Amino acid sequence: MPKVLMDGNSAIGEAAIRAGCQCYFGYPITPQNELIEYMATHLSRRKGCVFVQAESELAAINMVYGASVVGARAMTSSSSPGISLKQEGISYLAACELPAVIVNMSRGGPGLGSIAAAQSDYFQATRGGGHGDYRTIVLAPSSVQELADLTIRAFDLADKYKIPVIILGDGVLGQMMEPVEFKQEAPAVLPVREGSLRGAKGRPSKIIKTFTSNPAELEEINWSLFRRYGLIKKQETTFETFMIDDAKLVVVAFGIAARIAKGAIRNVRAEGLKVGLLRPITLWPFPDEAVKEVVKNVNHFLVFEMNMGQMLEDVQLSLEGKGEVSFYGRPGGVIPTPSEVSRVISRLYYQKGLK
Amino acid sequence: MKKVYAHPKSLKRAVFHYCPGCGHSIAHRLICEVIDEMGLQDKTVGIPPPGCSVFAYHYFDVDMAECAHGRGAAVATGIKRACPDIVVFTYQGDGDLAAIGTAETIHAANRGENTTTVFINNAVYGMTGGQMAPTTLRGMKTTTTPYGRDHVIEGHPIKMSEMLAPLEGVAYIERVAVNSPANIRKAKKAITKAFQMQLDKRGFSMVEILSPCPTNWKMTPIQAWKWVDDEMSKIFPLGVYKDVTEQKSAD
Amino acid sequence: MLIKTLFAGFGGQGVMSMGLSLAEAAMLEGKNVTYLPAYGAEVRGGTANCTVAVSDDEIASPVASSPEFVIAMNQPSAVKFQHHIQSGGLFFLNSSLVEADIIRGDIEIVRVPANKVAEDLGSPKSANMIMLGAFIKKSGLVELQSVIESLKRILSTKKKLIEINEKALNAGYNLF
Repeated sequence: MPKVLMDGNSAIGEAAIRAGCQCYFGYPITPQNELIEYMATHLSRRKGCVFVQAESELAAINMVYGASVVGARAMTSSSSPGISLKQEGISYLAACELPAVIVNMSRGGPGLGSIAAAQSDYFQATRGGGHGDYRTIVLAPSSVQELADLTIRAFDLADKYKIPVIILGDGVLGQMMEPVEFKQEAPAVLPVREGSLRGAKGRPSKIIKTFTSNPAELEEINWSLFRRYGLIKKQETTFETFMIDDAKLVVVAFGIAARIAKGAIRNVRAEGLKVGLLRPITLWPFPDEAVKEVVKNVNHFLVFEMNMGQMLEDVQLSLEGKGEVSFYGRPGGVIPTPSEVSRVISRLYYQKGLK
Repeated sequence: MKKVYAHPKSLKRAVFHYCPGCGHSIAHRLICEVIDEMGLQDKTVGIPPPGCSVFAYHYFDVDMAECAHGRGAAVATGIKRACPDIVVFTYQGDGDLAAIGTAETIHAANRGENTTTVFINNAVYGMTGGQMAPTTLRGMKTTTTPYGRDHVIEGHPIKMSEMLAPLEGVAYIERVAVNSPANIRKAKKAITKAFQMQLDKRGFSMVEILSPCPTNWKMTPIQAWKWVDDEMSKIFPLGVYKDVTEQKSAD
Repeated sequence: MLIKTLFAGFGGQGVMSMGLSLAEAAMLEGKNVTYLPAYGAEVRGGTANCTVAVSDDEIASPVASSPEFVIAMNQPSAVKFQHHIQSGGLFFLNSSLVEADIIRGDIEIVRVPANKVAEDLGSPKSANMIMLGAFIKKSGLVELQSVIESLKRILSTKKKLIEINEKALNAGYNLF
């Protein structure tokens, strides 16, 4: 299929349909409205598919829960304040081991914040987000093409590990248009997950539940969740490196910030500075082994985020005290420019005597 | 010899954990009888709530999916939309349906979701220990209205059947009680009708059941059953509030 | 090489479709391209703008803090964006609506009477395409033929509209 020019939100919608998404439940919020509108236009017209504009984010995530109970591929999307509302449902999905795809086209916060792009929901996304001890897989794309590709991967991962998967984008990724290629067609028959509840025909009745009055039973449920998380960490951790082979300084950034950092690195490379990039694609599981690998050869790290230092903590934890970490962040939805980040890199490079 | 009693097939052979005189066990049994009689055991998914009936899945021998407090109507929507052949019912208490889940309930009803809700109104939060419910009567003492519910401060008992009935998506709403053999028979008829509405794809159906809670009402079972007649049904009158098959709204 | 272009004007002047046509044309030429609209409350009832970045390499940021080219279709945009242009950049002014004096001496100013030319052509709504034609000619960013192709893709079945727009594009292109 030839490339088409598409905004990030719509590209997620198209990719979801091609991934066999059967149900979308959502509630409008900027900057992800193109996605709910895309699903209203395209998913609702497909045979056997469902689109509902819910009365709230709470309702939407619980509709996703219902659809997941019966084994349908289901998704919802929102932006930061709406994602906060969805946390209740995400916790239940995680507890019940129900797959779901949740898109957060995040915006500036806290509170109503602004509709500009920000990365301030990193903690919320990577630490579970709701109550209880659980994790969700978190994917952080940095282009429209990657939004599409990771949407398809999100549905596969959700089903494979029976876990909610978060796609953490931002306002710019959602709104910007780029050429995108869709590599797979929508399945002719919609997938039905094994083990779903569709009535006890020819088998004993089944229960999907989270509550237990037996703490030992709950503990075992949590143990089993974390055994699976260990497996996910081993098998699904994904990252990208750029020009790190000879690097004296490595920038760690994700999503839109990583893209800006890449531009900055190209600038400073032109001036002879040996700088590389490590970009986590899965924010959870975080690629700590990759960081540990880099620090064998590189002592200096610059973490760059559009928040005041959230992924920074994961980098520091991964380094276990090794190396030297600096941070540059812009909170509140201001989008730094590549030349701004170039200046930060150059300054650091000289201050640390790397020249 | 004529058989006058049998254990419903879709009611598991477990001992109820409910208090003596509680309406839940009767409501459970009625639903199971209806599921049996309508032949729905293998195509039903039930949604129990948090609360005293959180363990409903230990009693109903149908597929059951627990959900968060108040979100039954949204979960039922997800299930029914994704899989329209499944018969879905939610089982919800008054705090669940009429406080924290009011929005979900109203909007599912307004969309005319083909789902059935069994709404247990016992005027109190049971499992948490007898706090005020949205349906607590004026003057009624609970652990959070120790001096009696004062409508100036706490508002009035909310009447969900009356509120929901005018919505165009609603097919059937009836308020019944399970405090006497005659009322129990009526309740079963109402539950049957509610499920039939769903099978006929007529829209949202709900049966509100006035259900005694002797423990939290601080009454004996007999006093509690009488109180439903003497006090509760004055504020929450029994009857059919909506029936699209009758083409008129009775009240 | 990375070139960023910012299109600005009133809502309804077709500012977004100018950007979109350019982005689509760049894609058809196999270039890397991003199109970023200003979105949300800031575009309601006020000015509209969008940024198109075209490059042979990967594009780092779709945001233009100092674009090479700016197209101002109205007076407020001309005032607002004249200071954003990179030194040596091109500033396209819709001289039918912009009266402001441009105080910068380090940029080249291209005045295009877009509305007047469009009216003379009998299609007053196509001022944006007049401007886009002039922009293509002066900037050399993409081929005129690619923009015409992109219009056909965007407007697909609306044959009449394609015809009008193509005529306007050519008229603008031939102004210089």
